[in-house]
Amino acid sequence: MDLESLTNTSGEWLRANGPESDIVISCRVRLARNLAQFPFPNKASDSVLDEIETCLHDTISKSTIGKPLSYFKVNDLDELDRQFLVERQLISREHSQGLGSRSVSVSEEENISLMVNEEDHLRIQVLHSGFALKDCWNEIDQLDDAIEEHVTYAFSEKFGYLTSCPTNVGTGIRVSVMLHLPALVITKEIQKVFQALQKINLAVRGLYGEGSQAMGDFYQISNQSTLGESEEKIINNIEEVVPRIIEYERRARVALLEENKQNLHDQISRAYGILQNAQTISSEETMHLLSSVRMGINLGLIDDLKIPTVNELFIHTQPAHLQKIQKEKLDTGERNTSRAAYLRKRLNNGTDHSQN
Amino acid sequence: MKKCTRCDNKPATLHITDIQDGVVEALHLCQSCAEEYFESAEQAPNIEEPVAFADKLPEIPDIEVDSEHANLICPNCGISFAEFRSKGRLGCPHDYISFEEELLPLLENIHGGTQHVGKYPKRAPDASRKQFELIRLRNELNLAVEDEDYEEAARLRDTIKNISQNAGEDEQVSETET
Repeated sequence: MDLESLTNTSGEWLRANGPESDIVISCRVRLARNLAQFPFPNKASDSVLDEIETCLHDTISKSTIGKPLSYFKVNDLDELDRQFLVERQLISREHSQGLGSRSVSVSEEENISLMVNEEDHLRIQVLHSGFALKDCWNEIDQLDDAIEEHVTYAFSEKFGYLTSCPTNVGTGIRVSVMLHLPALVITKEIQKVFQALQKINLAVRGLYGEGSQAMGDFYQISNQSTLGESEEKIINNIEEVVPRIIEYERRARVALLEENKQNLHDQISRAYGILQNAQTISSEETMHLLSSVRMGINLGLIDDLKIPTVNELFIHTQPAHLQKIQKEKLDTGERNTSRAAYLRKRLNNGTDHSQN
Repeated sequence: MKKCTRCDNKPATLHITDIQDGVVEALHLCQSCAEEYFESAEQAPNIEEPVAFADKLPEIPDIEVDSEHANLICPNCGISFAEFRSKGRLGCPHDYISFEEELLPLLENIHGGTQHVGKYPKRAPDASRKQFELIRLRNELNLAVEDEDYEEAARLRDTIKNISQNAGEDEQVSETET
């Protein structure tokens, strides 16, 4: 796998072939692990970071992952490539901006990513399309076991897997589900969802972190606590609540249609029209309009475009992707022009012939 | 009453001190201008931020640390408790032992629990693994009783009995050997 070829493809998790993928974009489980014999990355010298990286790279290479992995030495990549990996969800922003020897190993389908020397020595991540948390957990549990055959993890019977930040200690698990909730945003019901989830100790955030209006109406639900409950329990908590939110969103969509179908159809068609014809467009406006179009496809109001294409456009219209596609550095203005050109090209081919 | 500094028309009902990049601006706004202000503030995300699963949660709560505890130092990695509090990151796995007393209230606050339940490494020494398994099973038993799931509770009791008996037998064997 090389980074240039990735601009023509997208990860399995964007293909909308998982359960409930009209509303659930993707789900993710990640585990934080550390080696018992080393200090945490933030307290490790450059040479120790090197040692950890070599040790874990060897371990990952000889572990039975079951899938071929591509290896990237993140500290040797330029800023654009690092940003590109962030946009694809293969590394975190922290990993992209970190210091010292660090790497990521990625499976071909982009479901698995193993970050070495992020905040912890090892961060394992498994992503899947739609609402398939159990699949994520089974896969990551096996990966974790396979790696653990060769190394000794820092672990205490009292505090579980020991992590650099105490907010991850215990199971070291973060379970997240990415939901597309445009109708709950339009009907202003989203706040109720927030409040209900906060009561049961789950975090909800827009794509842009706390406080900001979620761009593209995407919301991420994840567990807050990692100590005191088993992985299965944490996953079950989220698995129980997500179907209720999906149901709530579906009802809001039906209500919108019943209230004024013509008006909704008009808004969605206009959004589609702008994306097909704009000459310059910001990332923010693109996300907003793609969100409308995405809901329009789900409601049968747009019939010549498919969900996987829209999912892919959310990622491919991001700054680093545009620059990789154009093969040159672009400033904000140039990116807006390039983004509009890319959208016109992708959305004016007549019938959508993409996969799925 | 002061007039709204934005529309210069209606009376100002909201008084805001806006601080951006160290520049302080006093705003006196009427109701409708205030609504607009908050809306535009909410809709100003950083457009360069990529679509990604955020991983920075939750925040470590701000619990005061007295100087006696702040000066504690981990003999393994040399980090002080005060340094951990300012950075939010521990220095090495041993810190969980060195700062155990100080970390407990923090962990309780963040997670609600202070005893790990769930997966454990397969390579943990056998004895401690059993011990750990027992801690977990007893915890599950309590939950099952709480939920009035007596079938599950009975099953857990049997498992606990089996494991503790096996552990006991191991000890007896080693006693006769020595």
